[in-house]
Amino acid sequence: MSAPASEKIPVTVLTGYLGAGKTTLLNRILSEQHGKKYAVIVNEFGEIGIDNDLVIGADEEVFEMNNGCICCTVRGDLVRILDGLMKRKGKFDAIIVETTGLADPAPVAQTFFVDEDVQNNARLDAVVTVADAKWLSDRLKDAPEAKNQIAFADVIVLNKTDLVSKPELAEVEARIRGINPYAKVHRTERCQVKLEDVLERGAFDLDRILEIEPEFLEAGDDHDHHHHDHDHHHHHGHDHHHDHAHGGLKHYHDEEMQSISIRTSKPLDPDKFMPWLQALVQRDGQKILRSKGILAFKDDDDRYVFQGVHMMLEGDHQRKWKDDEKRESRIVFIGRELPEQAIREGFESCIAS
Amino acid sequence: MSTGFDSTGPQASVASVTDRVRRIEIGAPVAAACFLGDKAAFVCAEESVALVGADNVVTKVDVNGGGILCSASDGKRLVLGGDDGRLVALDSKGRTQVLATDAKRRWIDNVALHSDGSVAWSSGKTAFAQQPKGEARSLDVPSTVGGLAFAPKGFRLAVAHYNGVTMWFPNMAASKPEFLEWKGSHLGVNFSPDGRFIVTTMHESALHGWRLADNKHMRMSGYPSRVRSMSWTVGGKGLATSGADCVIVWPFASKDGPMGKEPGMLAPLPGKVTAVACHPKSDILAAGYSNGTVMLVRLNDGAEILARAKDDVAVSALAWDAKGATLAFATEQGAAGLLTL
Repeated sequence: MSAPASEKIPVTVLTGYLGAGKTTLLNRILSEQHGKKYAVIVNEFGEIGIDNDLVIGADEEVFEMNNGCICCTVRGDLVRILDGLMKRKGKFDAIIVETTGLADPAPVAQTFFVDEDVQNNARLDAVVTVADAKWLSDRLKDAPEAKNQIAFADVIVLNKTDLVSKPELAEVEARIRGINPYAKVHRTERCQVKLEDVLERGAFDLDRILEIEPEFLEAGDDHDHHHHDHDHHHHHGHDHHHDHAHGGLKHYHDEEMQSISIRTSKPLDPDKFMPWLQALVQRDGQKILRSKGILAFKDDDDRYVFQGVHMMLEGDHQRKWKDDEKRESRIVFIGRELPEQAIREGFESCIAS
Repeated sequence: MSTGFDSTGPQASVASVTDRVRRIEIGAPVAAACFLGDKAAFVCAEESVALVGADNVVTKVDVNGGGILCSASDGKRLVLGGDDGRLVALDSKGRTQVLATDAKRRWIDNVALHSDGSVAWSSGKTAFAQQPKGEARSLDVPSTVGGLAFAPKGFRLAVAHYNGVTMWFPNMAASKPEFLEWKGSHLGVNFSPDGRFIVTTMHESALHGWRLADNKHMRMSGYPSRVRSMSWTVGGKGLATSGADCVIVWPFASKDGPMGKEPGMLAPLPGKVTAVACHPKSDILAAGYSNGTVMLVRLNDGAEILARAKDDVAVSALAWDAKGATLAFATEQGAAGLLTL
């Protein structure tokens, strides 16, 4: 009875370390005239200055599942709240789930993989992480939660850019890229980001991982920042701006958190790939925070897409490969101490002979 | 039972009573049904309850400012909890009474009624219980309440939550409530009619039970999806459940309950059972399916009678009146029916 993906209600998960600006962004979403109605699940009732019967307080109850999977946790309160909200289907366009500053995003994301009723009615649209440009670099050193939130993000709102110098901004951005090169980064002051850049992104449509070349990013290009801070500095000449701001872009490899991206234009053998991927997340799922992939299988005209959180995987045939589209497979892992060599070799072994 | 239910088999042509059904259009998704006196009551997903009398006229009564999250009935009144933080009672004449209002406008997530007129409800981690002439008493449990049930005898409330069930005597403030522990999230809770057993529906696709005499555990698993509907067969001999492609009936007649026994598997259909309601007087049950089918099933031999043909909209509500003369059913899209036997 699962509704088609297009009819499922999109859910945006809003994370960010304490003080980064989540509430500022939420208040903007709720007060701006955008013609959309959002149901908002918040962790602190009082912080939202808007009276709205679709603002619901949550308890952040993290439940372990009895399915033999040690890292499989879900947000029990979210299961209940989403179930209740479904009674009012049609009264809102999308759902936003705010997490506390110290929350691990995994249980929230996993809720959308594990719970059958949630899956039938809602889809995780994107994990949006608000980061404090001034303090993020420090938090990445001393707060594992902050690092998790960056690693999980599909969209990062790098806030309070007015409080740092350009070199400092380049530094913090390079640190973000060192952990998660695939998230879309928006630089903001007081969370002044276009709402369409953070909401209903379809970020889980995954195409982005095909578009981004981490090597490209490392070389200093940065095509994600076309619309930042133009209100304040009138930097309309992007090329010029990039030369100066990013000419000497540092890149960091985070000592603990890495990403691995592998691509091949040779078709994969589904009978080899699926068991390999499942065994990989079973074995190393605690280290793998996020996984995503677009796959071209041998003798299959459909694109297969998957995404995962720790040991949870969800995949499906997405659509036909277009005629003008290069049939290639691309997988991405973000995690801690990833066994890169083993993953690369394992992937190679799944190429159809 | 620990494996999946294998119940495929040829579907013989079944007798049908669909022509005897009074069709009622509710015009809104229906979440639950019950009978109030001589009227059928259909609880809508939001705002109102539709009362239907013998003349088939639908009268909608507004009970709530938003979503209706829970409901319970004792045959005389229907009590509903909403996302507007109000607990409202409705009688067969369409009169409403606000029983409680949450001070912080928190959702009323669960409600339960006792045959003596007591009512229990919960908001978040707090359970409340009130006797007809008493004060409301409250109990905080460690996590959000998943379900509530009154014991058949005495003023005792089972409060299901994460990792178990708290057994609370609301009038005994001094004594620490007993805790029945079982790892995992317990969502629904139910006493057997004789009060010997307690059964919870879990977030996982399983039931868990305790024999209250010795707190012995009973695991009832193997469902392909979550169990949302449970109903005791006449005399409490068995517990019929949704969640599989057939009605699963766990045997509770012996002193060990279903321990070490196989459940009955009745009325398999290609679809999933979404609602069950056992007849109050006979060994018959009604089962509703995800494809819109409603079947009457005889417990002893599994004989089936079709009460509603499939239309691919899930059956969301099923109820018998107290005498077992009339069955009410409705779907997620508000197509309802009344079948008088």
